[in-house]
Amino acid sequence: MTSAVSVSNLSVTYDEFKALNDVSVEIAPGESFGLVGESGSGKSTLLRAIAGLAPVTGGTIRVHDRVLQGAKRDKAFYRAVQMVFQDPYGSLHPRQTIDRQLLEPLAIHGVADGERRILKALDEVGLGSGFRFRYPHQLSGGQRQRVAIARALILEPSILLLDEPTSALDASVQAEVLNLLEQVRRDHKLTFIMVSHDLGVVTHMCDRLAVMQGGRVVERLSSADLVAGRIGEDYTRSLMVASKGFQRKDAAVTA
Amino acid sequence: MSALLTVEDLKVSFPTRTGLVEAVRGVSFTLGRERLGIVGESGSGKSQTGRAIMGLTPGHAQVTAKQLNFDGIDLLSASPKVRRDLRGKRIAMILQDPKYSLNPVMSIGRQIVETLRQHENVSRGEARERALDMLAAVQIRDPKRVYDLYPHEVSGGMGQRAMIAMMLVAGPELLIADEPTSALDVTVQLEVLGILDKLVADRGMGLIFVSHDLRLVSSFCDRVIVMYAGRIVEELAASELANAKHPYTQGLLNCMPAIGSDRHPLPVLDRKPEWAQ
Repeated sequence: MTSAVSVSNLSVTYDEFKALNDVSVEIAPGESFGLVGESGSGKSTLLRAIAGLAPVTGGTIRVHDRVLQGAKRDKAFYRAVQMVFQDPYGSLHPRQTIDRQLLEPLAIHGVADGERRILKALDEVGLGSGFRFRYPHQLSGGQRQRVAIARALILEPSILLLDEPTSALDASVQAEVLNLLEQVRRDHKLTFIMVSHDLGVVTHMCDRLAVMQGGRVVERLSSADLVAGRIGEDYTRSLMVASKGFQRKDAAVTA
Repeated sequence: MSALLTVEDLKVSFPTRTGLVEAVRGVSFTLGRERLGIVGESGSGKSQTGRAIMGLTPGHAQVTAKQLNFDGIDLLSASPKVRRDLRGKRIAMILQDPKYSLNPVMSIGRQIVETLRQHENVSRGEARERALDMLAAVQIRDPKRVYDLYPHEVSGGMGQRAMIAMMLVAGPELLIADEPTSALDVTVQLEVLGILDKLVADRGMGLIFVSHDLRLVSSFCDRVIVMYAGRIVEELAASELANAKHPYTQGLLNCMPAIGSDRHPLPVLDRKPEWAQ
């Protein structure tokens, strides 16, 4: 098979709680795949399981046709797969300069031309070299998320795991970061797996998506189907309604 | 309609080592018993406007206004005692994240009772009854159980309902909601907004709804004020949003990815320095 990421019958259990229950998804190379659902539906857990950050109790995960065992990942995996987290305030080291945070993955992987790569990565995410020696507290939320994206891109991975990359940002900054993500995906021919609870964002960014609820995938559909309203599950429909914004009950009755 | 709140030329500034930071630079509006939305990006001064009305501006900040009048009371010259009596009793505020704004070492019920007994001379038993009624009013299914729970034991949506209950238990006339649903899931967001909407309508309160989500605000409020760099750039009826004139308002509206609109890349805000003039 030629999947970039293939997850079959995956289960993740925290103590007695089944966070993921028999989940299977296939993501083709170069595809942008969305995971949607409410809090606790297991969408982030699936992402973390792929990255080796969740206790897998059953099923298999394949990345580029290599089976991943347990929670241990080798260096080759991290060169191919990188992750961007939700909270740009929590995912950068507060006492290291941007330069040091970008240097760390390069040092771990023994990459030689650090200087050039750091400048290139910063340039790519639209931050000039003037940001290189600043600390995270000197940056805005959007700028920090750009640094997090630069850090993920610096090893030139082929797969990017995005865990709600814009939900902590303002609407106007969100648009900038989404545009940046589309740009880097085009330039590097990346595969995206993107978690979000915002259907607007997911349909904008992704070709296909899986709707999750209670640790299971309840529906798989393409963004085009979702937009056209070809929806099979009531739960997906309720998410659609929720994403349309607030409507007064009495107004809804008369409409 | 007599105005519940009159704000004229409100300014909030913070002295810092590098000079005076002007967070709010001359904001004026009046509020009756209606729903008013204040929208803007981070740093536009929308939250500081709400906080100045509530009297929660940090001590080192300078607050000035030609007029800051709540139902005949001049808030700026009012004594701390008068403001304390107003705060929670007649003006209440819902904050963004229940994880940080509820007291973590006090049960939810006790926090609600504390608010009530601060402002009204009621017996312990009656206070408890009213707290339970209030929890039921925010559609918590089992109020007796939730009453004894601590904030860490409830979900975000439940915590935010508890906060709404706490803020409404003393029957305020003006409610300031500062991003009340930004920390919540989309589906829970609508439930909480529905509850808030019903309570505000039933009790005839004035509401100031502060948010960065222009669409959400316009679907919830009667009137919307758009702020940029500490000033109001546009004020319009929520139903007139599609006809917004200011490029900043249009930009805020356009930059949201919507289901069914295929725009790549998304239009981004081109911030112009003259907007801040």
